Amino acid sequence: MRKVTVTCIVCPSSCRVSVREGGEGLEISGHQCRRGLEHARNEVKNPMRMLTATIAVTGADFNLLPVISSAEIPKKMLIPCLRTVYGLRVQAPVKEGSVILRDVCGTGVDILAARTITRAPAG
Amino acid sequence: MREVHLDLAVIGGGPAGLAAALEARRQGLEKVAVIERDIELGGILQQCVHDGFGLHRFGRRMSGGQYAQAFIDEVEAGGIMTECRTMVLRVSGDKKIYAVSSHKGMTLYHCRAIILAMGCRERTRNQIFIYGARPSGVLTAGTVQRYINMEGYLPGKKAVILGSGDIGLIMARRMILEGMEVEGVYEVMAHPGGLTRNIVQCLEDYDIPLHLSTTVSQIHGQERLEGVSVARVDQQRRPVKESERYIPCDLLVLAVGLIPETELARGAGIKINPLSNGPEVDQDFATSVPGIFAAGNLVAVFDLVDYVSATGETAAKGAARYLENPKAAHPRAYRVNTGENVSLAVPQIVYEGQAAQDLSLFLRVKQPGPKAALICACAGRELSRKKERFVAPPEMLAAKVPAGTFIGADLLLEIKGE
Ligand SMILES: Cc1cc2nc3c(=O)[nH]c(=O)nc-3n(C[C@H](O)[C@H](O)[C@H](O)COP(=O)(O)OP(=O)(O)OC[C@H]3O[C@@H](n4cnc5c(N)ncnc54)[C@H](O)[C@@H]3O)c2cc1C
Ligand code: SF4
Repeated sequence: MRKVTVTCIVCPSSCRVSVREGGEGLEISGHQCRRGLEHARNEVKNPMRMLTATIAVTGADFNLLPVISSAEIPKKMLIPCLRTVYGLRVQAPVKEGSVILRDVCGTGVDILAARTITRAPAG
Repeated sequence: MREVHLDLAVIGGGPAGLAAALEARRQGLEKVAVIERDIELGGILQQCVHDGFGLHRFGRRMSGGQYAQAFIDEVEAGGIMTECRTMVLRVSGDKKIYAVSSHKGMTLYHCRAIILAMGCRERTRNQIFIYGARPSGVLTAGTVQRYINMEGYLPGKKAVILGSGDIGLIMARRMILEGMEVEGVYEVMAHPGGLTRNIVQCLEDYDIPLHLSTTVSQIHGQERLEGVSVARVDQQRRPVKESERYIPCDLLVLAVGLIPETELARGAGIKINPLSNGPEVDQDFATSVPGIFAAGNLVAVFDLVDYVSATGETAAKGAARYLENPKAAHPRAYRVNTGENVSLAVPQIVYEGQAAQDLSLFLRVKQPGPKAALICACAGRELSRKKERFVAPPEMLAAKVPAGTFIGADLLLEIKGE
């Protein structure tokens, strides 16, 4: 049996919610409301996070282009996805929202440019 | 010297300034300019690559750059003059702006109205009294953020973070993702300075320890930082010598809070509010100098960018109304007072009369606690009451004076336990 404590972040109350994984499913306590219950269940069963990072860009005033996932990805996929993302390189100009990489590591989620970067003026 | 005549100059191209310039155009002002010292618009948002922006305004989780881009695209399409790489040196009380840029030299802007939106700056170690040598490797969290997220440098291999403000927490996670080691976060207060969401998703997710009531007592190293000493603090926040511990590290990140960037405002003779540390403003976000308005983090450190944009829009509406009749006399002014458990309120001044729309009053709580009521009262009469499950100082709160309410005395904001 596994027991974990999840700090609920759905509202500022920050309840400490305990989750026990027993024989017949999850036993959750310490939450004050339904939203906290849902959150704690998700955090234990399948926690999800947004991925944000920067990748190398050439031909711009900056060296880096910020990128963001088009949706949340499973938390355990974060590091493998980042490894792939950090290997990406693009050339300016890039428009905010354009797809830099489709279906990162089979998650079904795309990696998008998180800002517009214009070409640096020549010279 | 180049001279430019404007209806409205907005100083600062962050979210407050961009929202202000756009709203000014919507209000029908013709000659509107945004003056920005950086090479581009967007302000601090451009270095905030993490998500969590725009939930209120756009209903989705955006990164800082995405939020900024939405405004920048509109500004660039909207007949607004943008003066980047231009640093404002002085603002005078008669609404002249002196600025310098590397490509245009000095410029004097003659303005009918001005909105100040210079944001805030970070506190440094001078303001928090850490002693020791002055080696390189001691940086504010925002500087680390800029190096890592925009310029592509890792400023160290192993970091210690002093202060648990949100930018420090966000950078703790970023440094780990970028392959650095983060030894821990040290907070002198008994409560974290940042939001619980950030404690959980930036520290707990990555097993970074948070040490409360502990501070950095000394900095070691001559040329380059070699390590820091940390110690627990007593009730008076003095380090306890016996608890001191040495940590080798080559980067100390200071995340010890923000202060409004008020030099230009002071220079123009604008009154500064001792509680918010920013210019004192009325319900239109007008400062004490007629025709000069203020918005965003310059007025008070808002944590939510949505609030920052909203204050820019309020200031622009105020400026448009002012320009219709600059000589119009204000109705009688009343103060917004901070009562029980409230540390600051923005705006600080409201006018007599019936509120035409809902009036938002921003405030910060002093002591954290569960089940609180946020009360706005006028001459002993309750105008609004909002229940909060939990209040904590890192989170700015908003109280409301409902449209149609008659304001005929000072207002009082209070946060009471239920
Ligand atoms: C380092 C740092 C990191 C932050 N990170 C986060 C975060 O991760 N998440 C979050 O929600 N909030 C963050 N904040 C808070 C953030 O500042 C606000 O959410 C928001 O960006 C404030 O908008 P603003 O327009 O008031 O100020 P800013 O975004 O700071 O914009 C002010 C602009 O004014 C310009 N300026 C200043 N002085 C002059 C001058 N003399 N002449 C010309 N231009 C001038 C500056 O260059 C800047 O572009 C951060 C703040 C700082 C200081
Ligand atoms: S459990 Fe409910 S009350 Fe507690 S933090 Fe989560 S959402 Fe808030």
